[in-house]
Amino acid sequence: MLSAAIIVFRETLEAALIIGIIAVATRNLRARNAWLLGGITAGLLGSVLVALSTSKIADWAQGMGQELFNASVLGVAAAMLAWHNIWMARHGRQLAMQAKQLGHEVSTGSREMSALALVVGLAILREGSETALFLYSMLTGGEETLSSVLGGGALGLILGCAAGLGLYAGVLRIPPRHFFGVTSGLILLLAAAMASQAARFLVQADVLPSLAAPLWNTAWLLDNSSVLGRTLHTLVGYEAAPSGTQVAFYAATLVSILIGMRLVRNRSLPISTP
Amino acid sequence: MIKILSPLPLALALLFNGSVWAADPEFTLVIKNHRFEPTEVRVPAQKKVKLIVHNQDATAEEFESHELNREKVIAPGAKATIYVGPLKPGRYPFVGEFNAKTAQGVLIAE
Repeated sequence: MLSAAIIVFRETLEAALIIGIIAVATRNLRARNAWLLGGITAGLLGSVLVALSTSKIADWAQGMGQELFNASVLGVAAAMLAWHNIWMARHGRQLAMQAKQLGHEVSTGSREMSALALVVGLAILREGSETALFLYSMLTGGEETLSSVLGGGALGLILGCAAGLGLYAGVLRIPPRHFFGVTSGLILLLAAAMASQAARFLVQADVLPSLAAPLWNTAWLLDNSSVLGRTLHTLVGYEAAPSGTQVAFYAATLVSILIGMRLVRNRSLPISTP
Repeated sequence: MIKILSPLPLALALLFNGSVWAADPEFTLVIKNHRFEPTEVRVPAQKKVKLIVHNQDATAEEFESHELNREKVIAPGAKATIYVGPLKPGRYPFVGEFNAKTAQGVLIAE
């Protein structure tokens, strides 16, 4: 029971933190809840499909299918987050001003929401498929009863969701004038963290060189297997022993999104929407 | 044009052959009854190595090592390839995350 609770908690925690950030960043967009729910449902269905196809995915690309699949999922999610931040840098202020003009908000908000609902779905897909495989192997392993596995899993799920909700509630308390800065900062770091994880899978598959592995090791200070280590791993991409390639991907993502945001912000000032 | 480009395929062929000849050293691990066999693997330091993990159990396992910065799900009966390194000399523990109590091992780079 305890091991089921621990593993489900770990996997839920990552997805719940990501959903928490996205939910708070999109709180002003219309039909947010429907989009989020759609992303969550699609992610859950997708994780069952991915879990069922584990061997098939693993056989792709000379046995490197799993790494390439994970790297693509993370890459797409990071790109969506990057697009969100750049889009918000351009439209965020207008959106806030025109919040009461219903028609305008609906048209701009739905494209925006679909990109972030995709990120939610992909986050659940990654964590959910591993959880499904683990629970299945526990049940068929025969050492634990169905009720103890399900009970442990439910406990882990509740604790993980509570962490996501806590983050959501915490960010909501931030005063309105800092709100936009904080949420776009959180999304920026999330995108960089995903790019760094994608790089790790590409190194593991030997598609990219590791360029010094590890570049540094801070496991003595904060271990990646601790709850705090995992939380920071998801939120800001903390890695106790990253490879050089990961650090390069992280920095390149961070810098390109910031440049993108700066460029559209300067350009959008004199333009008024038709 | 064709004459100019004709050495190119030859050069490419040599390049790829070259990398095949200099294959990365391989090490095989077996997962059986939710344990690794052997539990200690010695690999050369400062060199990229190829770990092959054969899961002989009827359930999936996840090879995980924070020290090596690697994770990979291995289906029942499947052989997974995981590239690690080049590593500094030292001990790098790994676990089977789905059975972390029993499935433990360590990679020693020297």
